[in-house]
Order: sequence, then C-alpha cells, then structure tokens
Amino acid sequence: MPAILMKQISKAFDRLKALDHVDFEVDAGEVHCLLGENGAGKSTLMNILYGLYHADAGEIYIHGKAVHIANPKIAQQYHIGMVHQHFMLIESMTVLQNIILGNEAGRFAIDYAENRSRIDELERLYHFDFDLDKPISVLSVGEKQRVEIFKALYRGADIVILDEPTAVLTPQEVDVLFRILDDMRKQGKTIIFITHKLHETMVLSDRVTVLRNGKIIGSLRTEEVTPKILATMMVGYAIDFDIVKSTFKPGKPVLELRQLKVLAASHATISLQVRQGEIYGIAGVDGNGQQELEGILAGTAKPLSGRIIFNGEDITAMPAAKRKAKGIALIPSDRLQNAILPGMPIIDNYLLGFQHNSMFSHFGILRFNVLKKHADNMVNQYSIKISALEQPISQLSGGNQQKIVFSREAGLNPLLLVAVQPVRGLDIGAIDAIHRQLLQLRDRGKAILLISTELSEIMEMSDTIGVLYKGELIAQRKAGEVTIEQLGLFMAGERPE
Amino acid sequence: MATMMFVVNMLTMTFRLAVPIALASIGVSISERAGIINLGIEGIMLLGALGGAVGSYVFSNAWMGILLALITGIAIGVLYAFFVLKFEANQSVIGIGLNIIASGLTVVIVKFIWKKEGISGIVTQMSTYSVPFLRNIPVIGAFFTDQSPFILLTLLIALACSYGMWRTKIGLRLQAIGENPLAAATAGIPVARYRTGAIVVGSSLAALGGAYLSIVHSNLFVSNMVAGRGFIAIAANILGGWNPMGSLLASLLFAFAQALRFQFSAVHFPDQISQIIPYVITLLVLVGVGRKTRAPAKLGVLE
Repeated sequence: MPAILMKQISKAFDRLKALDHVDFEVDAGEVHCLLGENGAGKSTLMNILYGLYHADAGEIYIHGKAVHIANPKIAQQYHIGMVHQHFMLIESMTVLQNIILGNEAGRFAIDYAENRSRIDELERLYHFDFDLDKPISVLSVGEKQRVEIFKALYRGADIVILDEPTAVLTPQEVDVLFRILDDMRKQGKTIIFITHKLHETMVLSDRVTVLRNGKIIGSLRTEEVTPKILATMMVGYAIDFDIVKSTFKPGKPVLELRQLKVLAASHATISLQVRQGEIYGIAGVDGNGQQELEGILAGTAKPLSGRIIFNGEDITAMPAAKRKAKGIALIPSDRLQNAILPGMPIIDNYLLGFQHNSMFSHFGILRFNVLKKHADNMVNQYSIKISALEQPISQLSGGNQQKIVFSREAGLNPLLLVAVQPVRGLDIGAIDAIHRQLLQLRDRGKAILLISTELSEIMEMSDTIGVLYKGELIAQRKAGEVTIEQLGLFMAGERPE
Repeated sequence: MATMMFVVNMLTMTFRLAVPIALASIGVSISERAGIINLGIEGIMLLGALGGAVGSYVFSNAWMGILLALITGIAIGVLYAFFVLKFEANQSVIGIGLNIIASGLTVVIVKFIWKKEGISGIVTQMSTYSVPFLRNIPVIGAFFTDQSPFILLTLLIALACSYGMWRTKIGLRLQAIGENPLAAATAGIPVARYRTGAIVVGSSLAALGGAYLSIVHSNLFVSNMVAGRGFIAIAANILGGWNPMGSLLASLLFAFAQALRFQFSAVHFPDQISQIIPYVITLLVLVGVGRKTRAPAKLGVLE
C-alpha cells in the first residue's frame, strides 16, 4: 500500500491549468524525486498535499485511507511535513522558538525546559546540533534549512516534502543535506524531493515522477533511467547537452573594476578585468553582493568606493542611459521588475532603454518603421515564438521573454554584456538557447560578465571564474584549473592559500 | 513641603492622564503584534466614551457604563476584523473611515438620547476609593486618597498583557503572525482566528480607555472629547516598542508632559507656550527613541 496516493488531482489558477488529472504515488520509506521544469506544477501538487492549496478535483489517500487536508495543521496530523523553498522561519525569533512554534509544550505559559528536553532527544537521534538561543537571522542558509527540516521532524513528520532544497546551497551544504536525508531514510522516513536538477535525481532517489505542464509524464525507478531520458521527459523533446566551446582568445580589456566596494557591512572590494572574447563568471551564494554589483554596473546605484573603467574611460559616475549608449548591455536578474514592461507590446519592449538611440528616434519623434524592422529581424534571428509584435510581452513564456531581452540587449552590437542570472526560472530548452547565444557573442569578440548563483552554469560558460563572498572577490581562477569542490569552499568563505 | 506636594500632585495627575492613553496603547500593541494596523483607535475610544456614558446614564451605574463600553469595543472589533480580514480592505482606509464615522455618529446619538448638541447630560460617575490607613501617611497618602480603581486596573492589564505576550503560547503565536504570517500558517496556527482575537482585544481596550474619559475622569460625554489621545496611543505604542509594558511607560511619559502643561498653566505661564509642551516632547521622543524600535516585519500585510 503506498504511503501517499493522489488520484486525478486538478487545480487551476484563474484560467491557467496548473495540474491536470495528476496521479501521484509514493511508497513508504523511499526517496521520491518529483522532477519537472519551472511551472510544471510540482510545488502546486505538494502544496495541495500539505493543505496550503485545495485541489479543484481529485482524491488523496494516506496509507490507503481517504483524507481531506484542509490546512497544514491537518497535514501535520497525518504526519506530513514540508520544507518550503522560501523558508517559513521567523527571522527575529530564536531557533528554539521557531522549532516549537505552533506545537509548544505547556498549558498556557510555554514550558521552555520541557521543550528543550524534547528537542535534545530528537537532536541526538538525527545528529543535529543547534544553538537553540541564536536568532534565525544570524544563521547561514544551510543552517536555516536544517532548522526547517528539524521543525518537520519535531512535528512528528513521517513523510517529509522538500521543495527545491538545493537551490540555495553551496556544494558542501548539499553534501550535508544529502547525509541528513540519508539518516532520515534509515529511520524509515519517506522523502519527497522536488527538483529540476537531473544530477540530484540520479544520485538521491529510489523513484522519480516527471511532471510537465501540469501533467504526469511518467513514474519510473531511478535505476531504469538515464539523465538523457529524464531530460527528454521533462522538456518533451530531445536535448543535445553538449555545448562545444571554441578556444579562448582574449583581446584587449573592456571592463575593469578597481577596488569596487559594494557592501556597506564589509571592507572588502572587487577588482577584476573582463577582456574581449572572454566570459568572466562571478560565482557565489545569493546575497553576497550580486544584487548591489548589478545595480552599480547598470548605473542605477553608486559604489561605496572604487572605480569602474570601461574602454579606458572612468564611468563610475555615468548614468544608466549613457552607459547603454556607450555599448554596455545588461540582462538584469529580475526580468519582470527590471527588464521588461509586462503589460506593453513586444515592439515597445524592444524600444525600452534605446528610446534615445538615433536609430529609433529623431528629435524625440519615434521611427516606428525602423523599430518594427529591427524587432522583426531580432524575433527571426533568435527564433522567438510570438504571434504578433503587438502582443503584450506578458503573454509569452519566461523563456521567450528572456530571449527578447537578450536579443534587445545583444542585438545592437554592444561591447560588453553584463548578464545577471540570465537563465533563472527558464526551462532546459530556453537555457540551452541562451547559453549558446552567450557563447556566440563571446566568439564575436564581445566581453561578457556573467553573474550567476548556479555553479554548473558558471563552470560551463566561463573562461575566467571569480568567487564573490560578502562583497569580496575572494578568489579568481582560470576555467579548467579549478574544481567544483574548490569553488564551493570559496563560496563558503574559505580563502585560497 | 510645598515642593513635595507639587511632586505628588504631578505624579497623581500623570497617572490619571495616562490611563486612557495607556489602555488604548496596549490595545494597539496587541493588534499590531498580530500585524494589523488600526488607525481607528481614536474613533473607537470616542465610541467607547459614548457607550460608557450611555450605559451609566441608563442604569445609573458607572460599572454598567464600563460594560456597555466593552460591548461597543468588541462589536467594533468584530466589524473591523470582518472588513480587513474577510474582505481584505485597506487597513489604513478603514481605520481613518472609522474615525470620521465615530465623530459624526456620536453627535447623532447624543442628540437622539439627550436632545442636546454635542454634549450629554450628567451621568453617574465612577466613585473613587481611598485606602484606609495608607491614606493617612503624609505626602504619599495622596496616592491612596480619592483615586480611581482604573489606575490599578490599568497596571494589572499591562502586567497581564505583558505576561501573555512574552511567556505564553498565544503571545509567541501572535508575534509569529506579525513577523511572518505565511510561516505561522504553515506551522499550523489558525492565523485569521488569532488576528480576529487580537483586533477585538485591542478594540475593547481602546473603548475602555474612552469610557474612562466620560465616566471616570468626568461625568458626561462631549463630542470629540478624545482629542487626539488615540493617535498619541499609537505613538506611545511605537515608542514602547510594540510591547504592552513599553506602551504603559510611554503613555506615562506623554501624560507627564501634559501634567507639566497643566502645572505651568496654573502658575500663569503663557498658555500658548505651555500648550505646546506635550507635543514638543512627543515629537522629540519619537525622533530620538522611536527610530530605534522595530515594527513587526509584516505590519499591515495579510499574505
């Protein structure tokens, strides 16, 4: 009898069908990966199981018994726990308070001594070691995640759902997480692991279920599949994984950062150089100054100190519009906020940032015929699927939106492209397309600064790799002269000798 | 001896002036800890003041006035919760609206009951008490002579709410809701129920503070008699750090500033200047200390 059986689950948000007659089955004691692209419906399905969403149709059975899970409290009563992608922790409260919240010992007043002894017991069983009196806000991301897992165990979960748990971790923290999951499996827990990473699925799971566009594509034993099969199931067509990079032929320096201080909280600075025909990749865990650096390079924020040299010219104080005119293209990390105007037509989005370009406007009068020709050209060249240039860009998939941003920024022959998380939230097909286009730009002699928290992306694309830690470029290596493990250590703040 | 009497006078006056502000301010702390802004405190106090006057008038018993004020506070709280939680109306707009409605509605009700414009008839005032023996002690005896039971009640409420906030399950959960409602919900806490409770308790305390003005501090209702105390209560809550005991202390500080003003007026100090003292102190303190306190992270955000 399966631990969990979800039958014919359907769920729609407004008109969008998130789940379409989904059948999902998990056996007791197994690690089950729920694999799929962003927006495939993985989190929605699990939020239904955890009582945060309610299915429009379908049934849920736990150990063979039909149940109605109206809210998380009821899910907990069925011994289901969930570790969300965005942690459900109260930053200002202590580890202890967060663990016990909602399940406090004591009748009216909280019996902290009793709570502590219960926690101690469970900590020994699962080899956790928390400082219970520390506030959550001072913990590292990995520690916060461990508190979340422990919270689920403390509430008596036998079935633990983890939503994209590795997205925020360094490789070393991923190892720790996998050890904890192994411990849990040995204790007889059932684990549902939501992910879009093939590698993790192969390493971790006993069984894998693939979701695509809200439908189940298949459920297989992991030993029977290969990453290639899984990828094809995930995206619906065969993907050629092998990107071939041409040899690295750097030209003269294009961008130079001189002791750029981006974080007020630290004295550290960033110094680096990006040359023609080079992809300089900046790795690092999110929140180490990437966002600040992005703003400073875009010209929307000022560095606390230091200088930015572009083509031999000091542009530290140059405003954003002028930088763009000089040939600095930018793919912002937050597409919806900073890269597009969601409600406006595609053609207007092609104008965004280039409205002062003499190609598109004369004396403030827009030349729509030129713009239309350019946009048409770009859409064809980058094979972007649209129905008309007048269509609002918000109707497109994330991948096609990003291709439009990419073609807009790269299409007018920039000298430098700053790409921040250029493939965040995209599906494999779109990631592949963007990556190939980045390499093409490189081969055409453009300088590219790639800022990404995805280590695999950095490893795959970069010619030179720098690691950002607390606002400091803590290490710099040539690609091929550094392993993913070493990068992981730098990302965690360890300095190279 | 004269200075001693002056100090004692100042202190007893401070306590008397602090009661309505403190009660409302504690109420604000509780509701805001649950993440709910209530700018309608001024209006709730006013309706509470009228409720107190009406109850006291009808039953010729001030305690019945208190009871009616509490019922008024609960009713408004439920209504407020209905609007901001069920219909997810903008909290600030509903609060301001409540103030406007209260200032009009009270005048109408006064007219209906007493057939007078903006002022009620005399109602039964709550009697004061004197503590035997202690009242005979020189100087500090003044604290125990002809004092309102409300001063003691306010102290007890502040203690109880403080204990509830920092030591009990309910308090921890309320704080969690104000900091991260989604996290509280995933921890299995019925967020809406806790919020409704916090709103109702907050509103009742404000109404109680209002009733103090009409049937303890005086013996009639006058239109707009709350005169900004509701807003001062909100400020006191900020100064007190969203904390019941802090709210009480901040209210005492503001009340002290007012008492100072009355003392100055009594010695023929130019009234124009003495009148601004409380406001200047409020401003200075808020600028100085108010910046250092931290609001609940998700104040005014339902999620």
